[in-house]
Amino acid sequence: MSKKAVSQSELENWVDSVIQGHKTYGVKSKQDKYDYGILENASQLKLDYDVTIRSPKFLFLPAVESIASFNRENAKYESEIENEAFVVFGVHPYDVVAINQMDTIFSQPNRDEHYMTRRNNATIVAVDVQTPSEDVFAGYMGTATVEEGFDVLVTRIGDDAYLIDAATEKGEKLIASLSGANDADDSDIQSRADVWEENKNKLRRHELEVEPSEWPELLKKSVESPLWEEKSEKCFSCGSCNLVCPTCYCFDVQEDVNWDMKSGKRVRTWDGCMLTNFATVAGPHNFRADKAERYRHRYYRKGAYVPEKIDGEIACIGCGRCINACVAKIANPVEVMNRLAEEK
Amino acid sequence: MAEDMYVPLQATTLRSEEMTETERFFEFKLDSGEPLGHEPGQFAEVSIPGIGEAPISISSSSTRSDTFEMVVRNVGNVSNGMHQLSKGDKIGIRGPFGKGFPVEEDMKGKDLLFICGGIGLVPVRSAIQHVLDNRSDYGSISILFGAKSPSERLFVDELAEWKEDDKIDCFMETVDKGDESWAGNVGLITTCIPKVDHDISNTKVIICGPPVMYKFVLIELEKLGFSHDDIFVSLERRMKCGVGLCGHCQINGYYVCQDGPVFKYSDIEDEKGAI
Ligand SMILES: Cc1cc2nc3c(=O)[nH]c(=O)nc-3n(C[C@H](O)[C@H](O)[C@H](O)COP(=O)(O)OP(=O)(O)OC[C@H]3O[C@@H](n4cnc5c(N)ncnc54)[C@H](O)[C@@H]3O)c2cc1C
Ligand code: SF4
Ligand code: SF4
Ligand code: FES
Repeated sequence: MSKKAVSQSELENWVDSVIQGHKTYGVKSKQDKYDYGILENASQLKLDYDVTIRSPKFLFLPAVESIASFNRENAKYESEIENEAFVVFGVHPYDVVAINQMDTIFSQPNRDEHYMTRRNNATIVAVDVQTPSEDVFAGYMGTATVEEGFDVLVTRIGDDAYLIDAATEKGEKLIASLSGANDADDSDIQSRADVWEENKNKLRRHELEVEPSEWPELLKKSVESPLWEEKSEKCFSCGSCNLVCPTCYCFDVQEDVNWDMKSGKRVRTWDGCMLTNFATVAGPHNFRADKAERYRHRYYRKGAYVPEKIDGEIACIGCGRCINACVAKIANPVEVMNRLAEEK
Repeated sequence: MAEDMYVPLQATTLRSEEMTETERFFEFKLDSGEPLGHEPGQFAEVSIPGIGEAPISISSSSTRSDTFEMVVRNVGNVSNGMHQLSKGDKIGIRGPFGKGFPVEEDMKGKDLLFICGGIGLVPVRSAIQHVLDNRSDYGSISILFGAKSPSERLFVDELAEWKEDDKIDCFMETVDKGDESWAGNVGLITTCIPKVDHDISNTKVIICGPPVMYKFVLIELEKLGFSHDDIFVSLERRMKCGVGLCGHCQINGYYVCQDGPVFKYSDIEDEKGAI
């Protein structure tokens, strides 16, 4: 696969050429923050951003999507699958790891055609972090850099120098318009290795004292910890920590009837285990009525339950979004894991 | 493109009959003509287009017919919608889903004790029908059924048959609160348990009922010395997908839609919030 060394202007020309030929998302400024949006030209793309408000999961699992249409008369449902190729520029390594985890979850053992079709339609251009966000701790989670799951990786290796690395056939196709550019040499590749080394140390804004691999065992021993009550006392059950998390994927399903009253759509929306009635059944009986139980559940999903489904990987990639999103300032996984370790 | 697991199959209502004030009985058949292919204790997601989808137990055994039966309590959107169904009306079906009662692996050759409270009889009925249809594979069969009041008893004709059926060794019914029509037992279902002649070392117990029932029944079984390995419970949780993704049905690391709804008690007894 090709590795190219390019200048800032060569990079921008390439991005513009991609925009010409593809539906293209990228990271853009949004007031003083950053978020994914449709790119109209390369100058909108921010490659030195700290963190995006939304994680890229919405590209594969939208907050609201129609999954089927139906006819009320005969109960005939027909699958509605969004099938459009797109490119996304600027995914940070930790978010690529989250996407890799979601790919496993949405394809095994049961394949979600809606997620997987969008996923297979995507060409992902990852970007190594230049500006660490305030709350990132990816360095501790092993997600500050990433080796697979992207099609192209862009790394800034000098003031006016980027290394563009195509990792897949899709990526190779996407960088075809760079054919005139120089191939990266050994010193470029060394510069990138230096960036990686640096990022592993830089993306450590909260000091985690527990190895991720120890989370499941630690959690197993901490079911009765007083911490769950203590922290959750301040919880508003607002679900923001679920909303911003790249590895939260719970959903609700509802139906909307069209104006004709004869047809309609089955709609899937994001849901969150921190919301009060997430586990309510008829009665009404709420199996997680206590907010401490909901609060605990979220951490166990990240550190124990979901890992069982994805080969032991921890379902927290250290982006720090929840830390920032929580008004009550109680959603920091680092604080929670450190405290639990202290208690033992 | 591969098949979309969220798209229901069409099915037709063959029967829709009032059972109690709040419960209705249904018989459905897939329009494809294929049997649903379910095992006792499994459930399906029922769609009422325009309203939504809900998990409903399959109450009949596939040993009896290519159709399948359900009983639904009118509690909310979809169940209300189902209560409006008439013969010939169409519904959507996904499934069957989940792990049912272990009629093959654990229960074969054993004495069986079924303990059902209220609507808990609905899923267990599929297992009872199955073991009656394969009677020689099992030891003695005991069935205990408790309802809140006589008017809330389900499957009254079948209950009457079971009472007379030689294939059933012990059949006991009770209601929490009697009335002038009721000449039978009055009292909680737990009071019936010690009255059964158990061979504890060779019995498998199947429990299904409202959340409060489990605790008291389990205490009673404990007193009699039943092993937790020999007890099976069928649990209810909120469900939105049936395929282990939406997250609603989780009991800690277990997904009730896939790992259950039937669990061996010893597997989940230490799980906080399970029972
Ligand atoms: C494996 C399994 C098998 C089942 N088998 C049967 C069966 O055989 N027969 C049967 O009748 N039922 C069965 N159920 C239960 C049935 O699926 C539920 O009662 C289901 O909710 C009915 O759907 P609905 O749309 O009618 O109710 P919903 O409209 O979902 O409402 C049901 C109740 O849930 C509560 N509720 C829902 N959402 C909220 C919220 N956001 N906030 C507060 N309260 C809320 C309300 O109290 C309401 O009374 C089964 C459930 C499971 C998991
Ligand atoms: S739990 Fe918080 S830090 Fe971890 S992945 Fe989710 S949002 Fe990011
Ligand atoms: S963001 Fe904070 S307050 Fe809101 S649900 Fe999560 S932990 Fe509770
Ligand atoms: S019902 Fe969705 S995960 Fe079990």
